[in-house]
Amino acid sequence: MRHVSRVYGQGAAKVQALHEVDLDVDAGMMVAVMGPSGSGKSTLLTIAGSLEDPSSGEVRVCGEELTKLSRNAKARLRRQTIGYVFQDFNLLPGLTAAENVTLPLELDGVPARKARVAGLAAMAELGLADRASHFPDMLSGGERQRVAIARAVVGDRRLLLADEPSGALDSVNGEAVMRLIHTACKRGLAAVVVTHDAQLASWADRVVFLRDGRVTDQTMPAPGPESLLTPGPRQPGPGQ
Amino acid sequence: MSVRHALLALLSEGPKYGLQLREEFEAGTGEVWPLNVGQVYTTLQRLERDGLVESEGDGQDGPQKGFLITQAGREELTGWLLTPPDLASPPRDELVMKVLVALRVPGTDVRDVIQVHRRYLVQLMQQWTRIKDTEAESDLNLALVVDAELFRLDAVVRWLDAVDGRVKRAAADRLAGSPASPPDTKNAQDTNSTAVAGPLPRARRRTGTRR
Repeated sequence: MRHVSRVYGQGAAKVQALHEVDLDVDAGMMVAVMGPSGSGKSTLLTIAGSLEDPSSGEVRVCGEELTKLSRNAKARLRRQTIGYVFQDFNLLPGLTAAENVTLPLELDGVPARKARVAGLAAMAELGLADRASHFPDMLSGGERQRVAIARAVVGDRRLLLADEPSGALDSVNGEAVMRLIHTACKRGLAAVVVTHDAQLASWADRVVFLRDGRVTDQTMPAPGPESLLTPGPRQPGPGQ
Repeated sequence: MSVRHALLALLSEGPKYGLQLREEFEAGTGEVWPLNVGQVYTTLQRLERDGLVESEGDGQDGPQKGFLITQAGREELTGWLLTPPDLASPPRDELVMKVLVALRVPGTDVRDVIQVHRRYLVQLMQQWTRIKDTEAESDLNLALVVDAELFRLDAVVRWLDAVDGRVKRAAADRLAGSPASPPDTKNAQDTNSTAVAGPLPRARRRTGTRR
């Protein structure tokens, strides 16, 4: 993202949701975006996912500038390249877990048999092999979110966008979700995870802080874990 | 961390030597809390003096001297496990003091101060999470210690988020012309109230108790 701004409304009702945001996410990297409610986190994610256009600025996904793409080209990019994970899973209740996972491939014209093979492979990797024929209401919250992640990474996806992906899950299931996204990144996906939860954000390679629509800060590359495990005095905090 | 009770816990499994106790202590805390061997022997001497452990062997200090827990030691250990730690009195928290002071220092934006600390805490959490991702996966003790650190740091980040929100709201209230502190007029009947609305006495009340 380069100089991305998004303005809603006009005059007195004008709201500047994003202001000159720059953000780079390389393949294999997970970036977490933290900020309070109303800081522009979700707007940033919908613009990165081409679900919404910026008022100004440039957004590139895998080298393609989104604002220059036709509606059809954007839809294809969304089906083939970008995976979404939402807080409330957004699974279709009338489809089985496997059908939910393969849906984006089938919509993209992949033959049903081939789509099913890819879908089952994605589910097996997430420990869901024995849940393929279950309907969403037969699954636990943690399993539903794993199905949603399988749907988001199935096929040849390059960018994973997640909005509060651990939603209302407990901390152990929330951690499992972050582990899966982290593993997907190790395989080469780029991921942007929007959250206000520091424990989830701490799985990211880099944490970007958003305040009032602006990127105000980001974490530096952290020293290795040795510094916490080596006997001796701890590193002092800032100003201590 | 009570080294004394940790050693009693290890001895409750059976007699052990000093060096063995040190190794098992460090392994049991995921090696996050290092313990030097001198500290082990000093603690064992005190436990023996208090009748909570007995030594075996020829009475000479050294690596060949074994220790075992007494009945009084077992009772002490059970009592300790069931006694809640003192969490009732808030500690004098340095970060709380810094934020309160930042509110008063002219030319200081408290939200910038908050962000410096928030970034530091999140970076620290990233380091702990790396440990969880790699080394703690097969080590339950280490995973529990790392979780405890992550929840503790997370609570501090949440507090900073709450400060951020309150400061923003207070500023908006000031702009709108209404007082940021709860207006006394709403409690007009409470004429005997001794509450003072100024920020400093309120801060004192909140952080004044020390352990």
